Amino acid sequence: MTTGGQIVVIIMIMGGALSLAAGLIWVERRLLGLWQDRYGPNRVGPFGILQPLADAIKLLFKEDWSPPFADRSVFLIAPAVIFATALLSLAVVPVAPGIGVVAEWNVGLLFFLAMASLGAYSVILGGWASNSKYSLLGGLRAAAQMLSYEVFMGLSLAGVVVLAGSFSLAEIVRAQADLWYVVPQFLGFVVFLIAGLAETRRLPFDLPESETELIAGFHTEYSGMSFGLFFVGEYIGIITISALITTFFLGGWHGPLLPPLVWFLLKTLVLIAVFVLFRAAMPRPRFDQLMAWGWKILLPITLINLLVTGAVVALP
Amino acid sequence: MSSPNLAPPIDELRAQFGEDVVAPISSREGLPTCEVPADRAPAILNWLRQGIGRPYEMLFDLTAIDERPRSERDGGPDFRVVYHLTSFSRNADVRIIVPLLGPWPSLQTACPLWQNANWYEREVWDMFGIRFDGHPGLRRILMPPTWPGHPLRKDHPARATELGPDELTEEDAQAELEAMQFIPEDWGLERSANGVDYLFLNVGPQHPGTHGVLRVVLQLDGEEIVDAVPDIGFHHRGAEKMGERQSWHTYIPYTDRVDYLGGVLNNLPYVMAVEALGGIPVTDRAKMIRILLCELFRISSHLVWYGTFAQDVGALSPVFYMFRDREQVLEIVEEICGDRMHPNWFRIGGVAQDLPRGWENKVQTLLAELPRRLREYDKLVMKNKLFRARTRGIGAYTRNEAISWGVTGPGLRACGMAWDWRRQRPYGGYEQLDFEIPTASAGDAYARAEVRIEEMRQSLRIIRQCVDHMPPGPYKSSHPLTTPPRKERTMHDIETLIHHFLAVSWGPVIPEGQAAVTVEGSKGANAYYLVSDGGTHPYRLRIRSPSFPHMQMLPAMSRGLMIPDLLTILGSMDYVLADVDR
Repeated sequence: MTTGGQIVVIIMIMGGALSLAAGLIWVERRLLGLWQDRYGPNRVGPFGILQPLADAIKLLFKEDWSPPFADRSVFLIAPAVIFATALLSLAVVPVAPGIGVVAEWNVGLLFFLAMASLGAYSVILGGWASNSKYSLLGGLRAAAQMLSYEVFMGLSLAGVVVLAGSFSLAEIVRAQADLWYVVPQFLGFVVFLIAGLAETRRLPFDLPESETELIAGFHTEYSGMSFGLFFVGEYIGIITISALITTFFLGGWHGPLLPPLVWFLLKTLVLIAVFVLFRAAMPRPRFDQLMAWGWKILLPITLINLLVTGAVVALP
Repeated sequence: MSSPNLAPPIDELRAQFGEDVVAPISSREGLPTCEVPADRAPAILNWLRQGIGRPYEMLFDLTAIDERPRSERDGGPDFRVVYHLTSFSRNADVRIIVPLLGPWPSLQTACPLWQNANWYEREVWDMFGIRFDGHPGLRRILMPPTWPGHPLRKDHPARATELGPDELTEEDAQAELEAMQFIPEDWGLERSANGVDYLFLNVGPQHPGTHGVLRVVLQLDGEEIVDAVPDIGFHHRGAEKMGERQSWHTYIPYTDRVDYLGGVLNNLPYVMAVEALGGIPVTDRAKMIRILLCELFRISSHLVWYGTFAQDVGALSPVFYMFRDREQVLEIVEEICGDRMHPNWFRIGGVAQDLPRGWENKVQTLLAELPRRLREYDKLVMKNKLFRARTRGIGAYTRNEAISWGVTGPGLRACGMAWDWRRQRPYGGYEQLDFEIPTASAGDAYARAEVRIEEMRQSLRIIRQCVDHMPPGPYKSSHPLTTPPRKERTMHDIETLIHHFLAVSWGPVIPEGQAAVTVEGSKGANAYYLVSDGGTHPYRLRIRSPSFPHMQMLPAMSRGLMIPDLLTILGSMDYVLADVDR
């Protein structure tokens, strides 16, 4: 591909992700409304579809107030970090054969894991720099939660890497031409889905912000567009995780009849709806229960999964 | 006045302490009442709590009366402190009145006998300026620390217009700000112990999880709660003081707003207490209409609790389903009363109007639909594993602890005690109805939820009986003290017209005496204690609300747990801040 073509692809994917994130705000609120017996936003534009735009205008015009007791520079950088890392993770995702920012990169999977780890800093630093007790508690929860769940996230992907024999995401998708990895790697799929929920801090893993306990957790003190960045960052995170689940376990662009790109988008959107459904359906566990569950149940499952996968692949 | 009641335990007290010490007093509702001198009061209370066979386990209420305007007129004590004790083994109550002399009297504390005496005595100090010697921390509880005077004293102004223009000088503002500074020692909290520096977290008064203006100061070690101190009074509106200025009739709408989710469940104990004072009979139809509305409001209140409790535990959706169902209940209430949350529907001697034609249609729909939905919610909430993990074993207490802290209602029944005022002391027609008293044994947050959900089913059962057996007849008593008085016979001659005019403009004159009536509210025992000096308004009006003692138990329930558990406990307690602060 030419450099010019490559730039067009980059703009399409990143721009697409951003507008999808904005649309997602509307989709989530409408879906929650549907499942919760109410309307959701339906006033701005047809079916309320312009609601995210109105929200963005509101956030832009709001005073971007940083509290006088905050560590100002870190306070401002923190929301940008999560936004950037979530968006950069998308770079390694192949949306269709040959289309992707760096889909063929031979360390793509490691790059995603590195970005996920960096994203945790955003939440921790945001909570720390706010210099408020609620933010601090939220930041501490985020640190423990994201650190632990990254372990399972990485390990759950190890099975996929063993089967595909590559860290390149495009390679992994090509390896699923006959059989999606959700079948041989079902345990890995479940663990990655759960770890992905934890990584994006969505219910039932929204402990870092859990509004009934910590008001808004790590972003209690944020307002205006810096809050907006956390907000959009969360939605880009959902898109990224959904796209990655599609790539790793659901055969990426593979599918009959429809063009590859449509299959990829379809799978990703269904997963996004599942994320929203989780939010509508689940209560929130307590912090110690979440930790115990991760280390006592998820970790053994992933290790067994990896062991069995390795044994099956190694045996002739 | 009726002759003083010499029933137990008054006769036992007289045998134990002497007839000259225990002076029986008559009460309109027939509750055994006696007056004892202040120096013997501690011994008598101690004996009632520990010495007597089948003791009085619960301090049901503790309050005071400023008698100075009356003593200037008729002689007598300056203040009276009133203890209302309940014995579950006897299924009987007793009222002990302690007269006190002088403008700033004091009395021995009852804290060692009953845990919940602590807050009640603080309230009496705050409102009347009566000291309790030996109290562990006698400071204001409802009013701010900078408040001048004690509001329920008769010489304290009741209206802003009595005070002159309001001014906030620079020094006053400074003093108010300084009073708000948080000093852990003032709250009985240590800054550090055993090499651990504690974190103090201020939860509320503006917090999404506290269901209103409640403040809880948490002493934390990490996320573990070392101690929790509730700070109440932000919702205090002086409902008791207002009662002293309102006529007997015009106070009814104020009661609606005490437990604002309970609606007419607040009207009931008030109008029943007035009816006891005036000896006003209530017709069968009025009784049944009252029961119907009370049970509708019990369901409505429990539905609000159900949804918000699930939300406190993190489930976002149930609250919408339960509010939809509550809407269905409130529509029935609106059809009957014309108002939804605060229908102000009960009247002295009956209800405001007869049931509208076709009232039972929507009730039938509710009876048909709600049980199915409740089963659905069981699957959605109560059988959810995460919900169970969050609520089981959290905020647990034993039956004896509950009684000692003054816990009533579902919180008491959740520790295996089948105690319901509707069943144990049937009032207002409940004796004719068939229903069960749901209980649970664990005494934790989950058990309290189980009890409330089953209560909704029992309330539906009661409503069905109301629909099937609604008696015909007048909806209001023809007694002359009913409000507003019946108009049928007023237009015939001048005397009846004059009586009607006076009864409407002044309101009824209720005979002198005292009466307390307890009903089973949605949150626990809801009682009104009225003292009349034979006027057109109460001399003293005391609201014993269930949420006040429940909130006092919060520290005992939450120590050693984590921050999320605090919200679970608060949710499972089912309080309303207006009911705590009044």
